Amino acid sequence: MVQPLNYLKETPSQTAGPYVHIGLAPGAAGFDIYERELGWDIAGPNAEGERIRVEGLVIDGTGSPIKDVLLEAWQANAKGIYAHPEGGGEVEEGFRGWGRVITDFDTGEWGFDTIKPGKTPGRNGRIQAPHINLWVVARGINLGLNTRIYFEDEAEANAEDPVMNIIEWERRRATLLAKRSEKDGKVVYRFDIQLQGQDETVFFDV
Amino acid sequence: MPDQGEFYQRDRDWHPPAYVKEYKTSVARSPQYSLISLQNSVGEITGPVFGHNDIDPMDRDLIHNYATAGESAIGERIILHGRVLDENARPVPNTLVEIWQANAGGRYRHKKDTYLAPIDPNFGGCGRTITDENGYYYFRTVKPGAYPWRNYVNSWRPAHIHVSVFGSGFVQRLISQIYFEGDPLIPLCPIVKSIPNQEAINSLVAALDMNSTIPLDTIAYKFDIVLRGRRSTLFENRLEGN
Repeated sequence: MVQPLNYLKETPSQTAGPYVHIGLAPGAAGFDIYERELGWDIAGPNAEGERIRVEGLVIDGTGSPIKDVLLEAWQANAKGIYAHPEGGGEVEEGFRGWGRVITDFDTGEWGFDTIKPGKTPGRNGRIQAPHINLWVVARGINLGLNTRIYFEDEAEANAEDPVMNIIEWERRRATLLAKRSEKDGKVVYRFDIQLQGQDETVFFDV
Repeated sequence: MPDQGEFYQRDRDWHPPAYVKEYKTSVARSPQYSLISLQNSVGEITGPVFGHNDIDPMDRDLIHNYATAGESAIGERIILHGRVLDENARPVPNTLVEIWQANAGGRYRHKKDTYLAPIDPNFGGCGRTITDENGYYYFRTVKPGAYPWRNYVNSWRPAHIHVSVFGSGFVQRLISQIYFEGDPLIPLCPIVKSIPNQEAINSLVAALDMNSTIPLDTIAYKFDIVLRGRRSTLFENRLEGN
């Protein structure tokens, strides 16, 4: 026998279920209860940097868009600083860097407005390309999925990015690239998430 | 010693796998390639910070937070309380806890729920609070009812409250479900059984807590939540530099 370590075990995950909106986005569930819903304003009015919109679908193994997904985004500001005591410095007033969106009940489309993040420090002094951390939960997803949105027009930084480079299969790296376009004078990045198949999005064990 | 390193690796054998044949919705929604293992950097050890300005104290009282003035939700009145801890058994203070649930008849206030049990006009079904400096939280609500769902023809969810917790780093983010002591539906449920370990399942069952009831008023259940713990900064665990 040895001494017990006495670490606690993490609470096991369960699916967010079909009614996740009630708890995390009640306005979308069809009722008005909170004075302030959380997560709809990621960057705030004072953030520096390029204003962008990120949008996409979450597609299941049958090729169908999923219409009951909740996504959360976590990102640095344009200088690569996170709004957190260990985030690397001060951020603009009102910049939270966190957002929460749901997919449209009819189309499955999701989207959020933010600013394009800057490069952030990686491990061992390396630099990470601009990216947004994304967490995906839904009915049928037993433990939230972690992925990253990178930007296709940051080719040079992406090629140097330490996380991109640990993905052994080069063609899978492309699943993390959001595609840039302009719509009504607005910069839009498209990021469709594939849960299964040859083009399955890269998900991380973080 | 301060927690400044990365988070302990998640024990994925303790959590439900992505693909669980008996939980049918998971089949087409479960990634099939292996996850790419990633050591933490700054974007993983940080996460959103919430303050008391983000919420209202009334948000934690589901019996009244959607009720007409002077009225209250119908059902067995319960206090749901406990602490948010990490794997090092340290409290997680000032963290956002959000819950949602069906009403006492098993009906959700959601435009996609068509179960025949009635909506309670005085019950919304969601609440939120921020843990205190000791990681403690509490809600007042009604015990939710069981309800049928389309998995097998005759599948019923045990009474449960959904819970969402943040912690201090985005990789601690967690959603789970709280069940209630003594519910005979727990061992029958394909979603519960997606968790392979009975001890892990037991950790999702809130205990009747007679010491925390309000006599002649409200019964109590205790539920502690455990989030991932962090390494202490020794020598080789630094995130930056060599």
